[in-house]
Amino acid sequence: MNQMKNFSKGLIKDNPVLVMLLGLCPALGVTTSAINGLGMGLATTFVLLMSNLVVAIIKDLIPNKVRIPSFIVVIASFVTIVDLVMEAYLPALHSELGLFIPLIVVNCLVLGRAEGFASKNNLPSAVVDGLGMGVGFSLALTMLGAVREILGSGAIFGYNFIEGDLMLAFVLAPGAFIGLGYLIAINRVIKKE
Amino acid sequence: MEYVIIIISAVFVNNIVLAKFLGICPFVGVSAKTDTAVGMSGAVTFVMTIATIVTWFIKNYILDAYNLEFLQTISFILVIASLVQLVEIVLKKVSPPLYQALGIFLPLMTTNCAILGVAIEATGNADFGLLHSVVFAIANAIGFGLVLILFASIREHMDLLNVPKVMRGMPAAMIVAGILALAFMGFAGMV
Repeated sequence: MNQMKNFSKGLIKDNPVLVMLLGLCPALGVTTSAINGLGMGLATTFVLLMSNLVVAIIKDLIPNKVRIPSFIVVIASFVTIVDLVMEAYLPALHSELGLFIPLIVVNCLVLGRAEGFASKNNLPSAVVDGLGMGVGFSLALTMLGAVREILGSGAIFGYNFIEGDLMLAFVLAPGAFIGLGYLIAINRVIKKE
Repeated sequence: MEYVIIIISAVFVNNIVLAKFLGICPFVGVSAKTDTAVGMSGAVTFVMTIATIVTWFIKNYILDAYNLEFLQTISFILVIASLVQLVEIVLKKVSPPLYQALGIFLPLMTTNCAILGVAIEATGNADFGLLHSVVFAIANAIGFGLVLILFASIREHMDLLNVPKVMRGMPAAMIVAGILALAFMGFAGMV
């Protein structure tokens, strides 16, 4: 029951993007379509899960003073794995996400969970937390991507249901900020009830 | 002339915050007051320029020379993290007033994706020599500072407005940022 709560807190109550406001750069940068948001979310989930796992295992071996650099090296290794695997098997998505793949390293969410949670809790909790936060992050990115795709180009997951361009601004930069602003407000309303 | 194009393109057309979405965390984090926004812009300019110079040498003389491109992400982030520490120590000794002004913002630099993003972009561009990269880094830092200070002064005025309760704070700030991005889209086509 406790682990269930640990997992579900990342979805709405402590959603990393909508409540904690972490990892906003990729959340705004790649969500031009729902599928890009989902791809970025899954890549980040993998890194988050693996880095939480490794940090929870090695936390007692690392001297306290060098823990942040060590965590960054762990995270950077998994980001490099994601980068190379994605380039080999999903080249189209890799070029869409571009710069934001190596930038998972500096996603405050990943380092924040490693330092704030995995280094203080046992292995199962750290893994469940990584998974929950990753799913919450993917959920927020996919929703923002879907909103922008529907309003901007009348499509969802690449399936076009309205011909032609709608509000082009939603696919471009301003739509990212405005869409995220409204999603945060909606999440506040849901949380209150 | 090409340097002028790099500067105009980085400051206005492809602004690092409003068009490329890098450095959003400090953008929303320290933009509540104009003073802190100015301090943050100074620290970003300083670190971004030095980081780009150092990573340019690493990329061209170590990674490319020995076919180690796959180590780019790890080596860059380690270099930036240690550089930030080094800058902090040197600054504390050499220029206490500057350290006082930038001090609290320096540790935040390591996880500022604008620094790593600009370093990767500048070193990844095959047409860029060292001087191009430096100009590119400074121009991006100016673009960051410009938008950060603009946004901070708008947010200071927004405190006086009567915003609906659910929109108060971050949602309203995001929508302001969206309108600012819309305004900056007017620069598209200049370069």
